[in-house]
Amino acid sequence: MSNILVILESRDGSLRAASLEALGAARIIADQRGASVIALATEKCELDATLLGGAGADKVLLADAASHSADGAAATAARVAKESDANVVLLSATVRGRDLTARIAALLDTGFAADCTAIDADAMTFTRPEFGGRAFATVKINGPVAVASLRGNFFAAAGREASAEVSEVTSETGVSMVTEISSQAGGRPDVSEATKVVSGGRGMGDAENWPLLEAVADAIPGCALGATRAVVDSGWRPHSEQVGQTGKTVAPELYIAAGISGAIQHLAGMSSSKVIVAINKDAEAPIFKHATYGIVGDALEVLPALAEELSKLDL
Amino acid sequence: MNIISFVKRVPATTANVAIADNKLNPEGVEFVLNPYDEFAVEESLAIKEAAGAGSITAISFGAGETQKELRTVLAMGADTAVLLANPAAPEADGATTARVLAENCKGREFDLLMFGKQSVDRDQHGVGPAVATLLGVPCITEVVKLELAEGKVIAEREIEGAREIVEATLPCAITCQKGLNTPRFASLRGIMAAKKKPLEVVDVEIGETTVEVVAMNLPPARPAGRIVGEGAAAVPELVSALRNEAKVL
Repeated sequence: MSNILVILESRDGSLRAASLEALGAARIIADQRGASVIALATEKCELDATLLGGAGADKVLLADAASHSADGAAATAARVAKESDANVVLLSATVRGRDLTARIAALLDTGFAADCTAIDADAMTFTRPEFGGRAFATVKINGPVAVASLRGNFFAAAGREASAEVSEVTSETGVSMVTEISSQAGGRPDVSEATKVVSGGRGMGDAENWPLLEAVADAIPGCALGATRAVVDSGWRPHSEQVGQTGKTVAPELYIAAGISGAIQHLAGMSSSKVIVAINKDAEAPIFKHATYGIVGDALEVLPALAEELSKLDL
Repeated sequence: MNIISFVKRVPATTANVAIADNKLNPEGVEFVLNPYDEFAVEESLAIKEAAGAGSITAISFGAGETQKELRTVLAMGADTAVLLANPAAPEADGATTARVLAENCKGREFDLLMFGKQSVDRDQHGVGPAVATLLGVPCITEVVKLELAEGKVIAEREIEGAREIVEATLPCAITCQKGLNTPRFASLRGIMAAKKKPLEVVDVEIGETTVEVVAMNLPPARPAGRIVGEGAAAVPELVSALRNEAKVL
């Protein structure tokens, strides 16, 4: 019987939440096909068997070394995929996850699909954005194993009551080495992983006006900051906040676009968001065609009122 | 320092995407050098200039038209170019592309393989690490800062909410992220010089592709929204709608 292997991602010894979404997706495939879900942590970290079991794992394999090396992790994953007779390998579409996806596929002599937003467990096809989200391709992987990374906020942990059995596996050593990880200041979630995003465009006028946007983000728990390409290219904000093609693609529950007109590259990067709020002076701006709710007005006047109204809710 | 810089011809990010036959309908679409590959080319040029010696070979797996983008890279300053030509190349998946590129790199001498972190058409983010894996060399992806020192590279890359410093020995593959550098424009002199630089066209077989596209669709249309009002006065109604109607607060 073939199995589903999920590669867990950790940082500083802790599991990253995105991995639980991959376990949930794996659970659906496994139930459909009568297979087991095996979770593999390619580097030693703290794992909670009840959390992983509840999210969808039947069995958890924990690597015996803490070394950070992408090639080592890929080698461990490919070996375990063979040992555990996996015909589907799932990862999170993070920077590390996408990297590993391609490496594991190369080691297993098969194809891969990155950033999947849907899986058909019956036909075993994966749907994924192409052209920066301006089209969605449904693909079938012709090879012994289907390796895919899953985009954040499109899949959910299984939410069942179960505990997984944990055992140790030997980790392969790699040739490249992560020597240092430095967290960025601010403490806000990354825009690609947040469930709420408030994003600013040219209509913010100047970098000095960003505290208005930050005040809105501060009033919403777990809210990340985003920016358009024009804002990043002007040096107002760092590239890590850029949403859209040549930046990050996001699909939060709530996306607030302030002073953003809605260039095609930006729309492609955020139009999968569940609820979109547009605040723009120009009633004809393309962003309004994509927005769930719109306010026609100057972002610099609307944002302070929004921050105040939100703070009353005590979220 | 021998560098291979990989490039791809892609639709411009501003292009309107229309679909025919489960692929992009190229009619009326402007094609450009993949923006992330420009960072890779620029970094290759800067490394060669700093070293004062070496050669840069630009390689693309593409259809015949890709000669135009390869001439652009030669005009920017690359020494030679190779087009691995196949009419089906633009639709090839990441794993298939990696297989073709890796096969062609065998027998070439290189210290660095430079890639864009993704092509803005397939968006697979995987050709660089897949080629490196197939060739058995280390790879560092999504690099925003690169230093070379005595047979090794020290690279900085952005991961979600943090930066990583990664070290690897040469030969090594790098995929380039925005922020690494500012790509130069080809000078008039460069454009003239590029006409005389070697551009070799090699027909290649693709074999069986590893990923088959069974359907391609435009993104689902969003349900029509509504304008809740004008200016700051509309904020209470917006917040109420977000809380009670959309239930996202």
